[in-house]
This record gives sequence, C-alpha cells and structure tokens, in this order.
Amino acid sequence: MSDETASTSAAVAEPPEFTGPVVEFKDVSIGFDGKQVLNGISFAVERGETLILLGPAGTGKSVLLKLANGLLGPDSGSIRIFGREITTMPERELYELRAHIGMVFQESALFDSMTVEDNVAYRLHEERVPEDEAHARVVEALKFVELEHAIDKFPSELSGGMRRRVSIARAIITGPDLILYDSPTGGLDPITSTTIIELVMKQRDVSHTTSLVVTHRLQDAFTMATHRYDAKEGMRLIPKDGPERGIDAGTKFLMLNDGQVVFHGTTEQLVHTKDPWIKEFLS
Amino acid sequence: MKRTVLAVQEYAVLCGAAIGDLFTPPLYWSDIFTQMDSIGVGSMPIILLTGFFTGCVLSLQSVTALQEFGAVSKTGSLVALSMVKELGPVLTGLMVSGRNAAGMASELGSMKVTEQLDAMRALGTDPIRKLVLPRLVATVFMLFFLTIVADAVGICGGALVAVNLLGLNATAYLHSSYQSLVYGDVVQGLVKPLFSGFIIATVGCYFGMKTTGGTQGVGRATTQAVVVSSVFIIIVDFLVSRAMIGIFGR
Repeated sequence: MSDETASTSAAVAEPPEFTGPVVEFKDVSIGFDGKQVLNGISFAVERGETLILLGPAGTGKSVLLKLANGLLGPDSGSIRIFGREITTMPERELYELRAHIGMVFQESALFDSMTVEDNVAYRLHEERVPEDEAHARVVEALKFVELEHAIDKFPSELSGGMRRRVSIARAIITGPDLILYDSPTGGLDPITSTTIIELVMKQRDVSHTTSLVVTHRLQDAFTMATHRYDAKEGMRLIPKDGPERGIDAGTKFLMLNDGQVVFHGTTEQLVHTKDPWIKEFLS
Repeated sequence: MKRTVLAVQEYAVLCGAAIGDLFTPPLYWSDIFTQMDSIGVGSMPIILLTGFFTGCVLSLQSVTALQEFGAVSKTGSLVALSMVKELGPVLTGLMVSGRNAAGMASELGSMKVTEQLDAMRALGTDPIRKLVLPRLVATVFMLFFLTIVADAVGICGGALVAVNLLGLNATAYLHSSYQSLVYGDVVQGLVKPLFSGFIIATVGCYFGMKTTGGTQGVGRATTQAVVVSSVFIIIVDFLVSRAMIGIFGR
C-alpha cells in the first residue's frame, strides 16, 4: 500500500466548527408508498468514530446513509450533521455542507461519460481548483487506492473492484470530515472485498475520518473491528494481549431490523449480546 | 388522480427551479455550448430534410386545390404562410422532440437508475443547474434558429416543385411568398419554437429525472417523454396561434 494519504490533500472547504457528535439522528422515520422503512431511529456518531451498519437486506441501511447526506428528507425526526440540523436546511446550503462529506455508492455511481481522472477530480473542477493542482491531487488520491495507472480509463473499462476504488478516491480527494460507505464490498469477490475494506481501514486509521459503513458481510465488519492499518505493515490484527484487547475502540455497530435499531454499541457488547435475533444473525 | 397532480406539481417545481437557476451563478457555459452543438447542429440534417420535403409536398398538393379557383399564382403565398406560421414551427418542434426529448430522457434516466444523479448531488452539484438548465437554454435557443432554417428550406422546396414540376414562374412564386408574409406572421412563427423548446427540454428532463425501474424504466421514460412533449407542442401551438390571432388579427 502507498504511504500517501488523502488527508495530505488540502481540503477545499474549511472544516466545520461544532461541538458534539458528527452525526446525530433523533427519532427519525421515513416511508415510501405507505411502507414504513425507518421507524424512530436514534443514534449518534462521535468524531473519529466508525459506525458499521448491519442488518438484513431491505431494512433501510442505504436509506439511512442517504438521509445522513440530505439526499432524502425524513418524514419526521431530527438529523444533525456537524451540529447543524439538515432536515430544514435549504438545498443550496446542503450543497455547501456536502463539501465536507464523502460518499461511496453501492454501485460506485461513477459518471460513465468521464474518465477516471475527471470522475475523481469532479469536486475540484466544480471548486475551480487550477488544473495542475487538481491533477496532482487526483494522482495522489489514485495512489491511495493503488489505481494511478487507470487515470485515463473510462469506468466501463474497469472491473467492479476497480470502480469501487475509484469511487473511494473520488470521495476522499477533498479530505472530507465524514465519509459514508454504502456497501463498499457488495457484489465483489472475497479478495477484492478485503482490498476495499483495507482501504476503508486505511482512511479510518491514517486520516481518522468519521465514517458510516453499510455492509452485508459480517466478515468485513469484524475485520474492521479487529484489525488496524499500519503504514509499514499494512493491515494487521490488533493484539489481544494489548491495551485494546484485540478490538478497535473507535469502531462501533448499529444493527437494524424492520426499520428499527435493535443494537447500538461496541464490538464486545455485540458479540456478548443475549438477544436471540442478533445471535442468529451473527451465527 | 393523486399521482397526476403530484406529477404536475413536480414538473412545475422542476421548471421553476430551472428558470430560477438561470438568474443565479454558476452557469455551466461549456455544457450549454455542448448541448447547443448536440441539439442544434445535430438536428440540422433531419430539419433540412423535413422542411424541404414538407415545402415540396405542400406545393404539389396546394396546386390542385388552387387550380379550381384559378389561383395557381398564389402557390408561393400558400406555401410561405403555411411554412412560417404553422408547419415550420410545429414540424421542427416534433422532429426535435423525437430526437432530443428522447435523448434527454434516456441519458438522465440512465444516470438516475445508476445513482449518478445522487452522486452528483452528493458531490455538491445541483443536477438541475448542471443537467437541466444547459439543455433548456440550448433547446430554446437552437430551436428558434432551426425553425428559421426549416421555413427557408421549406419555401425553397416549394419553389423547386412549383417551378420544375408545375411550370410556375420562379420570380412570381418568390414574390408572392414575400408579399404574403407580414410582421405578425413572422412573429407568430418565431414565438412558437420558444414554447416548443421549453416543452421539449423540460418534459425530456422531467421524465429522465423521475425514471425508476432500471433499463426497462429508461425505455418507458423515453417513450413517455416523446409522447407527452409531442402532444404538448401541438396543444401549445393551438393556444399560441389563438393568442397571436387575437393580437395581430390574422
């Protein structure tokens, strides 16, 4: 893995000043066509924390991420991002707020008519960053995901895993304060999934960016909870006999079922839960 | 019923947002010019062909009727008036609708179903400003000039048939054409494409941005965009004609 990190990129916008959680949901509900998808969801994510969202398909995990980015508005409840209420925020202010948020979509959502370079530099071009600087930062971001050789390719020329990595590069290029990963390993083979998870951990451990990670793969979730990225050694297991007792304290879990939160807590609390549904889900 | 009212509301919101964005920065000029090239220059061949042969057939058909009244010399007048006031604007609108409303709906629809529109919003760009507004400006602007081209080649096509097949005098034909057109006719013919352009772009983009249901949904959105924009163009043509007759008296 390259030692360069996305955090070395100068952020386009100044980081927002606030106190309290980076993400805070209070009693949030949303439904579509008469069907309730999320019902009274409340949780908070502190600065530097990684929250892994687990749950069966169709429980509203992706909807929750879109709510956190203001791409959807809730039917009721309050959502505060960087201490600011976004449910009543005008769309124009939301666009400014999103300068601090990176998002990796389930199917990458790369602009298929643009090259990898233009995709990754999209936000920089919008911010009128000079072409030379934008190019240098694109190369840096692509080095982070080990795809600098694909800079001139179009998304259609890339494999699923490569597209996901370009999507990560696009999300981190401005050094966001919050990253939302929507099933970053969905539909990928185990080896490629491990590469993607390693990148997510790398961003977590090197840049200490607050993040929400939706995943269907328990293996990925527990890899993130029990491993750490090291610039020298790459991904390594956190020693069980160390002060952290084999678990990353900054990584927490949120489990959803039928649109409601059934668990929110640490890895240790999750594995020692007595809830029969969670036990069955984890088994 | 509820769904129809909701669709009308969403369409009105989209139109309002696009018009509002026109007066606030940033404007994506490079996207506007790209769309002008795609919509205007790209539509030129079909407009030339449609306009030309419409003029030809109009000339051919009208001579039969005019002969009964001994008014064959009025062929140029009939072709010019028909082309400039009605056929030029409407046919150009319908042809551009078939080509570009479909293109807009399928392009934006594909972006919608692959989450590219959401990605654009997540990256801090307003898709209405970036995608809808350039198409709206380009369509309205270019349709105006495409209509003028269609009118001109239509009159030329009519002249070609009148002179070569029907044996009319070229000077008389063109003189009759020129004399018959008054200010109100030209204004009427040039106001219509402004409405048609607005309809084509907004309807095409609306159906594209509301696409659901994967690739099948993209196909459905494309069909709906062409059908709805074509019907709207004809309805608005009637309303504008009525308003113009009220204003100019013809």
